[in-house]
Amino acid sequence: MLCSLLSICYSCHREVGGSLEQDMYYTNGRDLYVQHCQNCHGEKGEGLENLIPPLTDTAYLKQNRNMLACYIKNGMEGKIVVDGRTFDEKMPDHEEFTDIDLAQLIVFITNAYGNNQGMYSTTDAAKDLQNCK
Amino acid sequence: MRDTKTVTLADGSTQVDTVYQTIPNFSFLNQDSTFINNETFKNKVYVADFFFTSCPSICPIMHRNMKKVYEEYSSNPEVAFLSHTIDFKYDKPSVLKRYASKLGVDDKKWQFAYGSKEEIYTIAEKSYLVSVTIDSTQKGMYVHQGWLVLVDKDRRIRGAYDGTDAKQVEQMAKDIPVLLAEYK
Repeated sequence: MLCSLLSICYSCHREVGGSLEQDMYYTNGRDLYVQHCQNCHGEKGEGLENLIPPLTDTAYLKQNRNMLACYIKNGMEGKIVVDGRTFDEKMPDHEEFTDIDLAQLIVFITNAYGNNQGMYSTTDAAKDLQNCK
Repeated sequence: MRDTKTVTLADGSTQVDTVYQTIPNFSFLNQDSTFINNETFKNKVYVADFFFTSCPSICPIMHRNMKKVYEEYSSNPEVAFLSHTIDFKYDKPSVLKRYASKLGVDDKKWQFAYGSKEEIYTIAEKSYLVSVTIDSTQKGMYVHQGWLVLVDKDRRIRGAYDGTDAKQVEQMAKDIPVLLAEYK
């Protein structure tokens, strides 16, 4: 009886959106976003017309989840398709971001603007950065 | 604070009048590789700014805000926009054209001007009073202020608004009809 109560509580907690750690990362990530990203990607993650992609394409974020740390830290260029549109511009790098900065920013972006992709840790960032092209 | 001069009226009395900062003759290539000049803006009030297409900092937000005003006045032929590029090395007319079409403003209402470093930087600093420099230590290389400068039909500067501040740009959008009403 107690076990099943506990397991219900546990699964409720998880579904509601995760841990305190994720919330903390999200909040810090939002501050970083406002400071470093909002000018280009917009207050609502809407981007800028066909010059700067939006951050609302959940499928794109999911598919590229393990590349996000690389993109943010090293910048990116070349053709990408986001939200059904082609973008071909240069995103500047942010060499100064630490692994935790990247993790916090990624938690924010992948859980804001209609996205809901859960926790992404500093260790995840460190690991993904090993595989940047 | 404003520049003033003393004028003598017909009845012999004197009055203090404002001396407006006026835009001199200019001629630049635009995004279609044709020349634009003061005549292009005849009978129009226009919003001028300085930017460059690879700008990583303030330009996207300036143009995001400016585009809202552009859309608001899209059916008013008396309102125009003039963005000057300060990246004379890379932002050739064809690059400006690509930028304009991707921004969704590829028409005569919003002109993108290309000129030499001397012409553009001089008119920026001396006439539009917008500071522009090259600083290789800065990400993006070119550094400029984000002023949107409102110019009336007599080529006089009537307002300067911080293009990165949505509230100031909203104020500019409200000031435009006031300016247009002066000419009725």
